[in-house]
Order: sequence, then C-alpha cells, then structure tokens
Amino acid sequence: MAIRRGRKAPPLEPVAGNGLLDRRALLGRGIVFAGATTAGVGSVLTGAAAEPLKNDPWSLEMGSVVPPYQVPSRFEKDVVRSRSNPNNEFRNSHARTPHHLLQGTVTPNGLFFTISHSGLPDIDPAQHKLVIHGLVKQPLVYPVESLSRYPMVTRMHFVECAGNSAPMFSNEPVQATAQALHGLVSNAEWTGVPLSTLLEETGVDPKAKWLFGEGADSLSLHRSVPVKKALDDAMIALYQNGERIMPGNGYPMRLLLPGYQGNMNIKHVRRIKLIDQPAMSFYEAKTYSQILPDGKMWLFHFTMEVKSFITQPSFGHSLNGPGYYEISGIAYSGNGRISKVMVSADGGKSWAQAALQTPVLPKAFTRFRMPWRWDGQPVVLQSRAWDESGAVQPLRAEFVAARGQTDKPVTNPLGFPNQHYNSITSWGIDSSGGIKHVYA
Amino acid sequence: MCMRNSLFVLSLTFAFGAGTAVAEMPGLGKPISEADIAVWNIEALPDGTGLPPGSGTAAQGAVVYSQKCAMCHGENGVKPAAGYVPLVAPPKFDRIDAPKTVTYYKYATTLFDVIRRSMPYQMPKTLTGDELYALSAYILSLNKIIGENDVMDAKTLPQVKMPNRDNFIIWAPDKI
Repeated sequence: MAIRRGRKAPPLEPVAGNGLLDRRALLGRGIVFAGATTAGVGSVLTGAAAEPLKNDPWSLEMGSVVPPYQVPSRFEKDVVRSRSNPNNEFRNSHARTPHHLLQGTVTPNGLFFTISHSGLPDIDPAQHKLVIHGLVKQPLVYPVESLSRYPMVTRMHFVECAGNSAPMFSNEPVQATAQALHGLVSNAEWTGVPLSTLLEETGVDPKAKWLFGEGADSLSLHRSVPVKKALDDAMIALYQNGERIMPGNGYPMRLLLPGYQGNMNIKHVRRIKLIDQPAMSFYEAKTYSQILPDGKMWLFHFTMEVKSFITQPSFGHSLNGPGYYEISGIAYSGNGRISKVMVSADGGKSWAQAALQTPVLPKAFTRFRMPWRWDGQPVVLQSRAWDESGAVQPLRAEFVAARGQTDKPVTNPLGFPNQHYNSITSWGIDSSGGIKHVYA
Repeated sequence: MCMRNSLFVLSLTFAFGAGTAVAEMPGLGKPISEADIAVWNIEALPDGTGLPPGSGTAAQGAVVYSQKCAMCHGENGVKPAAGYVPLVAPPKFDRIDAPKTVTYYKYATTLFDVIRRSMPYQMPKTLTGDELYALSAYILSLNKIIGENDVMDAKTLPQVKMPNRDNFIIWAPDKI
C-alpha cells in the first residue's frame, strides 16, 4: 500500500465502454480496482477460502526419465493442430495453429501451421540441392551443407496462408475457434542466408524481372516472385526457432518472403529460376487469385495486409463470472511493424488503446493486451490494428463493401470461400460467460 | 542485438558491396550447365518458353484421360471424386466464391504446366510430351475453348485465347 501511495497511481477507471481499463495498468504495478469493494467485485474475486495444502504424489517420489527430445506435458494433449486430412487421402492437408490456447508471439515448431498439397516429402538433406539458374551470369548449385558456411541472418517473421480467415467471407458468422478461423498463420524466428547473397554470386541479368521458387515435393510447387522482393528481404531459411526447419514447414530449406502470402514461401525449395515474365503457375493463376464483387479478379495480391484478432477470451472459452480479465491477442502486417491496436468491448462504439508487448518487430506477431473488468452484462469484444505504413485493419462493413461476402452461409470453416480476409473479428459474450462469433 | 546488427551489415556488404567483397564470399556454389538442369527445368511460361517437343489432339487426349485422370477428375471432366472441382465448367465468376476451374486461367500454358509437373497425382512427371499436348487439347476442347480437331503443340498452345483473360487486374503494380 505504501508503494502505491508513493507512486500516486491514478485509480483504474474504465477508459472505454463495458469496462475496458487503461493499458498503463499493465505496466508493472498490478491492478487496483477503484471502488472495487463497494462495487462488490472484490468479493467475487476472492470467493471461498482456499483448502488446506497437502503433498501430491509427484512431490513424494522420483519422476520419470528425462527424454532426449522433450514434448509438452500429457495434460496439454489437447493443445494440438487441427487437421483437415488425417488419413492422407489424395488431396491437400491443413494443420491449424491453436491460437486460442497459446500466448506470447512465438509459435512452437510442433504447432506451426502446415498446408501440404501432396503430403510431406521425406527429404535426405545430404541429397538435397538448391540450383539458381535462368537469367543469371552463372548457374550455381548449392548443397545444404555448403549454405551453412554463408553469412546468416536471424529474423522473426509470421507466415500466413493467403486463405487464412477466409471463412469470414461468410454472410453469417461461422461458429468456430480462432484456430479454425485464423489458424493458418504462425510466427517463428527464422535463420538463413539472404537470397541476395546467393544472387550476387550467380549474377542477375537485367532482363530478369521475376524469379520463381520451386519445391522438391511431388507437385514441384512453384510460385513467381518479383526480383525486387528477392533483393529486398528474401531468405533461404534453414532454421526455425533455432532448430532445423520442420518437415511440414519446408525441411531442409524454404524460401522465406517476409509478409508475402504463405504459398509463395516455397517449402523444400530446390530450384530458383530468374525469368522475364511471371510463370503464371497454377497457384498464382487460379488458387490465390481473388474474385472481386465487380467480377474482376486480382492477380499477384502478395502482401498479407494488417490484421489482428483476440485470442483470449475467444470462441471455445467461457468466462467464469464477473471480475478482472486480460483481453489479449495477435496483430501483424506484411507492410511492417504494428503501430497501434485498439480494443472495443461494446461492438465498436468506443475504443481504447491496447498495450503492445515489446519488441515490436516488422512483419512479425505483436502480442497486444488490454486490462478489462467485466460487469457480467453482454459485451462484444473486438480488436483493430494499424501498421507503420499507415494501413488500418478495415471494419467489416467497409471490407465487405470492397471485397464482397457469400450469398449463403459458409458451412465448412475449413474451406476457402475466397482469399485474403483481414477485417476485424468480433466475439460476443453473453451474461452467462458464453462466447460466440458475431458480426458487429 | 549488437551481434545481430553487425551480422546483418556484414551480409549487406557481401550482397551489394564492391567486387572485392564478392571475392570474400564463400563461393561454394558449384557451376552447372543448363543441360544438366534439364530434368528439373520443366516450366511452361505464358509466351510458350519452355514448352517441350510433341503434339496432340482431343481424340488422343481422351484415351489418356480415361486411363490416367478420370478416376479423380471424373469421366469427361464432370462429376469428379469428392473434393474435386469439375474440369469442365463455364467461365462464370459472378460470385466471390465461384468455383474456379480451367476456364479461369489467363493462359493455356498454366494448364499444360500443372499437368506436366504435378499430374497424375500418384505418379507425377511421367507423361510424355505428346500425352501432355493431347490432354491439354482434350480439356480445352471439353470446355469449348478450342475446336475438337485442333492440334496442340509448342506453337499453338500459347496462342489459345482463354475466355477469362481480360478480367484480371494486378493488385499492386508498384510491387513488381
């Protein structure tokens, strides 16, 4: 108490509707509820007295053997990716990140999202090679091992499928978790060799305006990339969160194109060819070309635009009575750093600025947090992000006006009714603490 | 951060520095001739660059299709297996969630290229040049994009006028 008085901390009055509190409450001095006892909130928080403590069995015997490669506790068995093709039928496979069960900004490698179009290739790194050719002065081949001698860089970046969040093109809100709606984006620390370093060795013919990366998978999946991007911040990534890239994320190397649609970040990359025209590959000519409401179609919609969504609380959770909660979520932009996240608890009528977890890095997840005192009445929680380029996450009404929505409700949350969706997500909480996905 | 920044600067020096800096690079890439890349060098570009020798017609393609494609994509490109979009459909993209199929492509080379590199799904990269042109002719003919007797080869395929070709806009030309 003496410390609080010494700092002369202001009382925590709400800064926006339905109990949003000043984000400065999170800056290391704990939560002090102004008038909490008179409002009766304090008694709800303390509840019944705790039971007497005892020693549990694990405190009375030696534990199990320490494994060479550790995995999470068996009590965390439900914190896993949701899969679209568990029997490996002859089609693509999605595995989505459980954002509603995670915190922080780094996606653990075992939970990093995967889309594979023809299963996971079992690549022997001793045999894998990267060739760079086409409009270059000298075609060169790089075995995996040789790349480890090049100057490397380590950077934090998200990778997002261009169809992530696409179920939200539905004209009615799909009832699904943040995992099902937004689970095709993840964030990792990548280490590898700048592509510009290798292109300096091969030399680039000035006629080359594009290159494509091509994978060693059975489909030889390839995507065209402007040379401008390749010379900017592209990387041949070898490590993911400190260990070799996971098979589902491109082992033994992938083309990393920070901020660009995930499909372009060619996994298992074995060939880069410099060309004078876009290749118009299957995935750029069709799959990741977006149909617009006016009947036109976008080509080369590369940048993943600014987006945020609340992960705690969200669909799949329930609130256990009125009182204090932390609202928290993820924001990111393919344009650069997140500059601001606003949160609303009244469906967008009033907004308050969320605290951003530092460091705020470009083209990477930024965790935002907002202290909140729920009074037990129905609320609608939303987040909205801004990035350093000045781009703003669009409200749903303006987004739908520009990009359209379906005529009929989407029934399969795992399907892509269209492509890139970056409008806001709204979670409606009823007076019993139940959470639904709503449009507001 | 200091360490990371200095490494970053170092890599930039290598990438964009003077000729002396180039000489400092590891230089571990092994020279290879385009001839030795041939097995991997399979893309077909919109202007026809990269198309292999060979030719085929819809009638020849129908035979190959029936043997190697119909089990997934359906006889005559309709009624495919569950989860597949029909190969035959009108170029009607009047809803944002309209199914996209062959008629969506801006260039016919996209069709040839995806068959060449990815199909048949269970044994990709096994079709001959003649089979690839014949299958392309068959699927384009089923969609009434070319005539039943038109011959597809490295010259004719890039000249096919796809029905949806004028409906595309580039999202951000300044990024290219």
